Amino acid sequence: MSAALSIRGVSKTYDPQGGASVEALRDCSFEVRAEEFVAIVGPSGCGKSTLLNAIAGFDTITGGEIRLDGALLARPGLAPRPGPDRVVVFQHGALFPWKTVLENVTYGPLRQKALSREAAQAKALELLRASGGLDGAAATYPAQLSSGMQRRVEIVRALMNDPRVLLLDEPFRAMDGFSKATMHQHLLELHRRYRKTIVFITHDLDEAIYLADTVVVMTTRPGTVKEIIRVGLERPRVPQMLYSRAYAELKRGAAQSVHEEARRAFERGEREQA
Amino acid sequence: MLAGTVGAAALWYACVAWVPLEAFRRLPDPVAVVTEWLSPRPTYGISIFTEAYYKHILYSTWRASAAFVAATLLGVPLGVCIGWSRSFSAYASALLGLLRPVPPLAWVPLAILIFAGSEAAVIFVTFLVAFFATTLNTAVGVKSIDPDFFRAAACLGASRRDILFDVVLPGALPNIFTGLQIAMGAAWFSLVAGEMIAAQYGLGFLIMESYNLIQFPTIVIAMATLGLLGYLSSALIRALGNRLMRWREQSIGLAA
Repeated sequence: MSAALSIRGVSKTYDPQGGASVEALRDCSFEVRAEEFVAIVGPSGCGKSTLLNAIAGFDTITGGEIRLDGALLARPGLAPRPGPDRVVVFQHGALFPWKTVLENVTYGPLRQKALSREAAQAKALELLRASGGLDGAAATYPAQLSSGMQRRVEIVRALMNDPRVLLLDEPFRAMDGFSKATMHQHLLELHRRYRKTIVFITHDLDEAIYLADTVVVMTTRPGTVKEIIRVGLERPRVPQMLYSRAYAELKRGAAQSVHEEARRAFERGEREQA
Repeated sequence: MLAGTVGAAALWYACVAWVPLEAFRRLPDPVAVVTEWLSPRPTYGISIFTEAYYKHILYSTWRASAAFVAATLLGVPLGVCIGWSRSFSAYASALLGLLRPVPPLAWVPLAILIFAGSEAAVIFVTFLVAFFATTLNTAVGVKSIDPDFFRAAACLGASRRDILFDVVLPGALPNIFTGLQIAMGAAWFSLVAGEMIAAQYGLGFLIMESYNLIQFPTIVIAMATLGLLGYLSSALIRALGNRLMRWREQSIGLAA
């Protein structure tokens, strides 16, 4: 049930008529195949999250169009509409703190009336169990879990809806190196098992290459596609690959673009400060 | 807490008994007040054995509760509307911004004329302060909810009604209860003031009447009773809040 995603000439200008007009995205185009894992990298403020918000249906676009398996998702003048076919896992985490793990995870199917309560709970417990034995935490509240466990629960909450695209917005940003490495293996395993189309936003090039089939490098604001890198590394990915020659070469090629953009972003930041 | 209570009573006793100030000379010491309070035959007619004492308590409690319940029933929904809808907020803020700074007692004469009687007028004035506190805190609570919770709910297929019950109300609950605490305190405050000006019964009225008759112990009895009622009502709201927000208790480690 995974779908292909087309981003065609997408532009976004905030407040176009107003005095504080900001061009966040300019003529962004790339294709995501069904079941593909695409990582979008770029410096902070390059419009990665703007693009994700447009795909998710949280915000409008001012140019171009976005299609999901050919069906129009976004174009200028079309009211944005989020839905369970494109579920987002948020940068700072958005599990409902007032709902237990089980209530959070079954929320989607129950609100959409897609499953009965019994079926939703059975499916939830099975997915939680497969996510490192989290079924034992079903009755607890999210605040009692570690940040890594919260992330895994939030990914389970997304998977419960059988989304056609999974949108991850820098989900491991605030984690330490060890937890991050564990989460990478977990996410790779989920991708292998459920074959979801994944759009993964990050500013970490290593993470992008290690996880993705395709890395889209974005320029600094206004964000546009600078380079598209096909990662030929075989799957399953294992941590040893981080030290392989193929990985080093991919990284060398991409690092040039990323550093150029990082420097431009930095210099603009300095100018704007001055 | 016990040590603090005893200490405060001792300080009071010491002030009245030994501080050679004219201002303290006529005040009753704690022993005199407690003796009067617990006396089956009180000198000034008010003690725990007299029917009048409970009549005053009942009147005040009824007025405060009625005002508080009305303020909650109207203030929470209005606060939700203000916090959730930007255009509604623009309309309502102007009105609330102008009405809120009017001190509650300034309403008393107008309220008496509007409601043709002091009973409803006192409740109205009490309601007013509680209502502002509840409305504004609820609105702040809704506005301060992380927008990602709304987005997450929308992603998961929640309707607008689901979002109201699953995101807006639970998300604003901590602030709503802060508002209710403030509202309860403000309600007692303005109730007593209202009763002093325009009422036939009630603890505020009792204080004013005892003042006119120079019955010091009764004034202090009424004050202490108000303190107790305020404390009890506040504890009641806190207990209800903790019950409804168990997820918060656990998140700060009380259940671990």
